[in-house]
Amino acid sequence: MNPLPGLQRFALRLLRPRMDVPLLLAILLVITVGLLTLASASGGNERLVVSQALRMGMGLAAMLVLSRIPPGQLRLWTPWLFVASLVVLMLVPVIGTGRSARSWLNLGFFYLQPGELLKLTLPMMVAWVLHRELLPPRWRTLFLAGTVIAVPTGLIAIQPDLGTAMLVAASGAFVVFLGGIGWWRIVAILGMAAAVAPIGWQFLREYHRDRLRMFLNPEADPLGAGWNIIQSKIAVGSGGLFGKGWGQGSQSRLEFLPEHTTDFVFAVFSEEFGLLGVLLMLSLYLFIVGRSLWIAANARDTWARLLGGALALTFLVYVVVNGGMICGLLPVIGVPMPLMSYGGTSAVTLLAGFGIVMSLHAHRKMMGS
Amino acid sequence: MSPRLFQRRGTRLRDAPAEAEIFRRRAVWGFLIAMLLLGTLGLRFAWLQVSQYEVYQTRSESNRIRLRSIPPSRGLVYDRNGRLLADNVPAYRLELIPEQVDDIDATIAGLSDVVSLDEEDLRRFRATLKSKRRFQSVPIKLRLNESEMASFAVNRYRFPGVEVVPYLTRRYPYGELFAHVIGYVGRLDESDLAAMSEQDIAEYDGTTHIGKSGIEKHYEKELHGQVGFERVEINAEGRVLRVIERQPAIPGRDLFLSIDADLQAAVEAAFEGQPGAAVAVDPRDGEVLALVSLPSYDPNDFVYGISQRDYSRLLANPGRPLFNRALSGGYEPGSTLKPFIGLAGLELGLRRPEQTVLSTGAFKLPNQDREYRDWRPGGHGRVDLKEALAQSVNTYFYGLAVDLGIDRLSEYMAQFGFGAPSGIDLDGEATGILPSREWKSANRNQPWFPGETVIAGIGQGFWVVTPLQLAEGLSMLANGGVRYPLHLLHAIRDGYDAPVSVLAMPPPPPSVVRDPSNLAAVREGMIAVVHGATGSAHRVIGLDAPYTIAGKSGTAQRVSRRGEESIRVNDLPFELRHRALFVAYAPAEKPEIAVVVVVEHGGSGSLAAAPVARRILDAWVLRDRGDDGADEPLGATP
Repeated sequence: MNPLPGLQRFALRLLRPRMDVPLLLAILLVITVGLLTLASASGGNERLVVSQALRMGMGLAAMLVLSRIPPGQLRLWTPWLFVASLVVLMLVPVIGTGRSARSWLNLGFFYLQPGELLKLTLPMMVAWVLHRELLPPRWRTLFLAGTVIAVPTGLIAIQPDLGTAMLVAASGAFVVFLGGIGWWRIVAILGMAAAVAPIGWQFLREYHRDRLRMFLNPEADPLGAGWNIIQSKIAVGSGGLFGKGWGQGSQSRLEFLPEHTTDFVFAVFSEEFGLLGVLLMLSLYLFIVGRSLWIAANARDTWARLLGGALALTFLVYVVVNGGMICGLLPVIGVPMPLMSYGGTSAVTLLAGFGIVMSLHAHRKMMGS
Repeated sequence: MSPRLFQRRGTRLRDAPAEAEIFRRRAVWGFLIAMLLLGTLGLRFAWLQVSQYEVYQTRSESNRIRLRSIPPSRGLVYDRNGRLLADNVPAYRLELIPEQVDDIDATIAGLSDVVSLDEEDLRRFRATLKSKRRFQSVPIKLRLNESEMASFAVNRYRFPGVEVVPYLTRRYPYGELFAHVIGYVGRLDESDLAAMSEQDIAEYDGTTHIGKSGIEKHYEKELHGQVGFERVEINAEGRVLRVIERQPAIPGRDLFLSIDADLQAAVEAAFEGQPGAAVAVDPRDGEVLALVSLPSYDPNDFVYGISQRDYSRLLANPGRPLFNRALSGGYEPGSTLKPFIGLAGLELGLRRPEQTVLSTGAFKLPNQDREYRDWRPGGHGRVDLKEALAQSVNTYFYGLAVDLGIDRLSEYMAQFGFGAPSGIDLDGEATGILPSREWKSANRNQPWFPGETVIAGIGQGFWVVTPLQLAEGLSMLANGGVRYPLHLLHAIRDGYDAPVSVLAMPPPPPSVVRDPSNLAAVREGMIAVVHGATGSAHRVIGLDAPYTIAGKSGTAQRVSRRGEESIRVNDLPFELRHRALFVAYAPAEKPEIAVVVVVEHGGSGSLAAAPVARRILDAWVLRDRGDDGADEPLGATP
């Protein structure tokens, strides 16, 4: 055997047994496209791109670390991790900071968004609750899972951070769904949720209501809250089939498009790379979801499967909610395009989540033993 | 996590493959849902980017592209020697950008300590503020004087968002002197726009001023130029980021007037402060050398909107400074018409120059008691045409007018331009009144009476002329009977570097004089007015004249421009009577200038107006013509 140079061998050893290469490549591709789009959307702001690259590096490091922790170990820690993240979350109303919503904790060197932690610990906890019982879950188990979902979701919603609350709730709900809950029960629960929705409306802040109202009729106030949707649709639509070309998106460069580096970065991408680019990215996202589900299905135990599957579907929610907002199908809710939008701790959380998925992949063979 | 929950664990057997199967099915569902949702997104994007592409492409373009007008710079106005009469000069205005000012009211209050802000400024500011976007600057004060500039500069730090903005504004360096020639520009207002066609409105996009009177108004099209435009890319706030395409504005054309600034100043000085009007014309081509109406006003006051108070003061001034007497003033010509009547008698074969008429002091029509008087009690005795003109003998012309009859008289006088506008290139010219049967029946609904023919012979009765008309007729006497159209525009230049091109004049019509010796006889009479021992102006201006002057005096009553009510001279207040007129050309042998002078409430034409005319003629005939003696105006082709 031709001896490989030491570093390369080390890298291979680090990656090959732990990482699923197709998934890793897909993720790296999305990150690369995201950084390129960001470079254009920010008008060549190098500091912004570098800081995003560093954040992605941090996320990849977290992914690497988590991919090496055996799922069994993680499962044992689950209740403690959940309680710890819940405690941190409850500190937010007391010592939190933030512009529109108090959702951040200043750790001195780092701003932590506790809601992000729940995106991992909540599905872990729900899976933990479910895996202790036989599947499909009974009502009693469902009630317990519901409580585990509702408490952190409520806490995040009152910050108010509607986007994160929705994603956290979804991650828990997907665990229940993948746990094989009966279809009629799903219908019943959704029905109850619909009944409770008007009460929830009372708890929404005015700007959230505005966004929802505006979604229904964006042209009513073209310079106010409807501006975002209109300008985003103009950006997307004017991209056409092939796009205006990288760095040529006038909608973002001339700042017609608000939040064009963060929540609306995919509109910039659509404007510059056109429908072909969009379809390519959506396919890539679909591949990531499908590959993650595949890995989860091959995981060694129920907890791991439920968690892996829930993380994959939560990732899908990001894409659908953000994409739906960009093209005017859904209201403007602060959900980033995963691995493309600038900032937030969401990228780190997402990559950490994929670290868990990678860990499931790495430890799948132990299933048989 | 109740203890009972944990107990449940053992009650059912765990079936790992079954649980894995449950998950697998759900995962497949999950993947199908993922395909469905992402597929929906894909379709939505396809719809936006393919089906709706045109719509959004257009909206994206209209988002970022704006068409901005570039107003042209206004053409300059020079006199015949290239002296600047209307200039564009840098001025400074104070502007405020609303979005950069926290408290607009406090800023305005603070500013009023530094620069003077009147009600008008504030009213205009508030009105403009409402119509602009927050990043667009709004003018607070249109013109800052130097001390205001200085005090604002010192206090600038107190007013973030307030700026001094330079721009070009119209300035009339000679002030009052050319007000009635150049006129003035004023702010383009609603009524100006209402009178324009769609295309013209586009032409004036971005332009703030338009000619309101005088040359500025008459040659508005030439002076304005053509608007340019630039296609600019703007961002969401409307700020201009870059210019995509630019078509520069074409500046207005520079005008060179036939006016001589020195002569104009000399004319004004010649009046020595008296109100009146004068027109000086070069009889050889109809170029107006000077056009003065006194008192005058400062056109600079109008450029940025004259205040209501100042305007009222101008209107209330009994001297009517805004009224252009030379152009719109209707005067009874009186004896200044006698040379024309005399010429009519010769040309129509009713008189010979040497034929004499007895003046007894009173003239009567057959079968009528009314006496028509000579100005000298007892009359002038036997006079021929020359003496009749020199002494201004009414009886000579009473009889002649009766012999001519009103129809022939009227028809003959029309040839000299009476009763019709001269067609000078200024707006608002009065037509005067040429008495005739038609005119009287149309305007008075009365038949013509023989007595009216008698007084028409001495330029009284219905006669109304403007100084310009009189100057036109006088030029014809001076140049041998050729009617050159009076005009002020001498040459035009397309931009600073372009050559000056002198306007081509249409070929002059043939002379109206049948026999030049007839005209010579009349001219001899006019020379005798000044140089003859009995001449009415001889003692006043003829004794020391170094060159020959041909002239005629007249004493007139100001007549209403409408000329509808008959005016009895003795009922008029002092300031409305005794207009002194004098018409003259010189040198009599080879005339270079013809001048008409009207001195308001001056009394006798010979005494009051003739000295003014003499000073004007001196200024022109005796002027320093340079080393080569050339008398060619700027741009004349050799």
